[in-house]
Amino acid sequence: MSWLLALPVVIPFLTAVLAFLTRQSPLGRWISVAGSSVLLVASIILMATVLREGVIAGQMGNWPAPFGITLVADLLSAVMVLITAIVAVAVSIYAIADVDEGMERLGYHALFNMLIAGVVGAFITGDLFNLYVWFEVMLIASFGLLVLGGRPEQIDGGVKYVALNLVSTIMFLTGIGLLYGMTGTLNMADLATAVDGADQRLLTIVAVLFMIAFGVKAAVFPLFFWLPASYHTPAFSVSAVFAGLLTKVGVYALLRTFTLIFDHDTAFTHTILLWVAGFTMVVGVLGAAAQSDMRKILSFHIVSQIGYMILGLALLTPLAIVGAVFYLVHHIVVKANLFLIAGVAQRIAGGTELSRIGGLYKSAPLLAVLFVVPAFSLAGFPPLSGFWAKFLLVKAALDVQGWIIAGIALAVGLLTIYSMTKIWAQAFWEPHPDGVEPKLSSLSTRDRAAMLIPIAGLAVLTVVIGTMPEPFVQFAEASAAQLLDPTAYIIAVLGEQP
Amino acid sequence: MEFLFAITIGVLVAAAVYLMLSNHLLRFIFGLVLISNAANLTIFVAGRLTDGAPPLIPEGADAPALAANALPQALVLTAIVIGFGLFAFAIVLVFRAWTTLNSLTPDDMRLAEPEEAHK
Repeated sequence: MSWLLALPVVIPFLTAVLAFLTRQSPLGRWISVAGSSVLLVASIILMATVLREGVIAGQMGNWPAPFGITLVADLLSAVMVLITAIVAVAVSIYAIADVDEGMERLGYHALFNMLIAGVVGAFITGDLFNLYVWFEVMLIASFGLLVLGGRPEQIDGGVKYVALNLVSTIMFLTGIGLLYGMTGTLNMADLATAVDGADQRLLTIVAVLFMIAFGVKAAVFPLFFWLPASYHTPAFSVSAVFAGLLTKVGVYALLRTFTLIFDHDTAFTHTILLWVAGFTMVVGVLGAAAQSDMRKILSFHIVSQIGYMILGLALLTPLAIVGAVFYLVHHIVVKANLFLIAGVAQRIAGGTELSRIGGLYKSAPLLAVLFVVPAFSLAGFPPLSGFWAKFLLVKAALDVQGWIIAGIALAVGLLTIYSMTKIWAQAFWEPHPDGVEPKLSSLSTRDRAAMLIPIAGLAVLTVVIGTMPEPFVQFAEASAAQLLDPTAYIIAVLGEQP
Repeated sequence: MEFLFAITIGVLVAAAVYLMLSNHLLRFIFGLVLISNAANLTIFVAGRLTDGAPPLIPEGADAPALAANALPQALVLTAIVIGFGLFAFAIVLVFRAWTTLNSLTPDDMRLAEPEEAHK
């Protein structure tokens, strides 16, 4: 079973090596597309196996748990790997048109695949220190991608991104050290029971360290400032993969550790998370309302949407976790897609600053349709995927008499529509200020195909999740059940129930 | 011995926070290096500190009653290597910021987020 778990990590690594060796030739981009496609196949097989056999675990180097490094895939890990592969395929195709030869020569494709390897590794590991290592792999690759090209804005955004993420890394490392000192293990399944014997007050302190560390990665209030400072500066395919995946690794890590390990004092930790969720939603959406650049608006919306996922974790009822898992998957698809669309708007209309573009609805109606799908899904319109995600979370909040937080969630949805209509009105409806007609046909046939196929694919996925939510919600329910009752996870890793 | 380490870690963190709060990027990086070493020391202490216990024992012999756990030391080594890479990148980035933006004062770095024009 080990090879099946290791493959999703090994494939992007090998792809990265090959892409690095061929970075001088145009071959690199096709290697990247091929590598992502193979990853997609591997992750589908992994998903099928997990659905058939339940949680699977593999011990690397045949060291028995909890001494060796364990790779585990439960439903949540498997779906996150799958969605990562889908985004990787979409973005690697899009990059054919978006990434110029200069960036390719600097090793864009190698860094991109290294980033994917880090993300997948973080989703699939069952060991806290190994999670730290994957975070670093992801981080160093994202540093490279962010400043690739070296425009002054990128350097400026990069400094802030690097500075805050390094601080979070150190918090994480300190937390790991303290946790090991208290329990003598870093295997997550082993920790789930080992923490019961530890000093509960000290454990809460460690929990808060982890909360801050993952909170920076997930870009929650008040730790999100690096995100809107940097996400609008790199190439569009880079922003799309960052927007889709990076913050979600933080959310995943929170979801994993605060259901499996730190569930001893939920009255304290999860109340903090609830406040954080509320503020994250509101501050993010208000920040977006104040912006006038497409990518900046979308960046602030990432922050606001993260709040919803944290809300699901904070409520910690079965339905709330279902909502969080559903939201996580839906959000990755929608958000990556919106950034890809912003890239097309930049190419044909000459910018993302809303006051400088326009006329996209009249002269590029196809793009307008493709924009409407993820934009309205983000805001939570039925029958798109975002509606069900928000519905589940609001229902979960109402079930526990969380009137205020449910009201905030609904109001933030409304404000999301406000900024989506702002983009719609200024970029799509109003005529272009320079009088030009931004046409999709101004792109070469190759670029047009490479940009629109991934966008259309992700939009179709959004519609499919929205119109046929039943299997997806059932899946999220099964996955939430595994999170809330980690017995199967622990047995899969350790062999028997301790 | 733990007490000495605790004091050292505390001093390192205090100095690091002081440096990181100053309005200069290079000092921020220095602070980051200090605080990462404080984190490494924390892990090191978490593995127990023992005096004079042999790291290797002859085959068949019993382990000394009180020996340090070797795993945190391995973790620290990994963390040092990773930290080295990250700081190398961070320092080059700061140097690049100096050459392209002509400033290392974070308050001046508003290219990516220009200040709103007052209306």
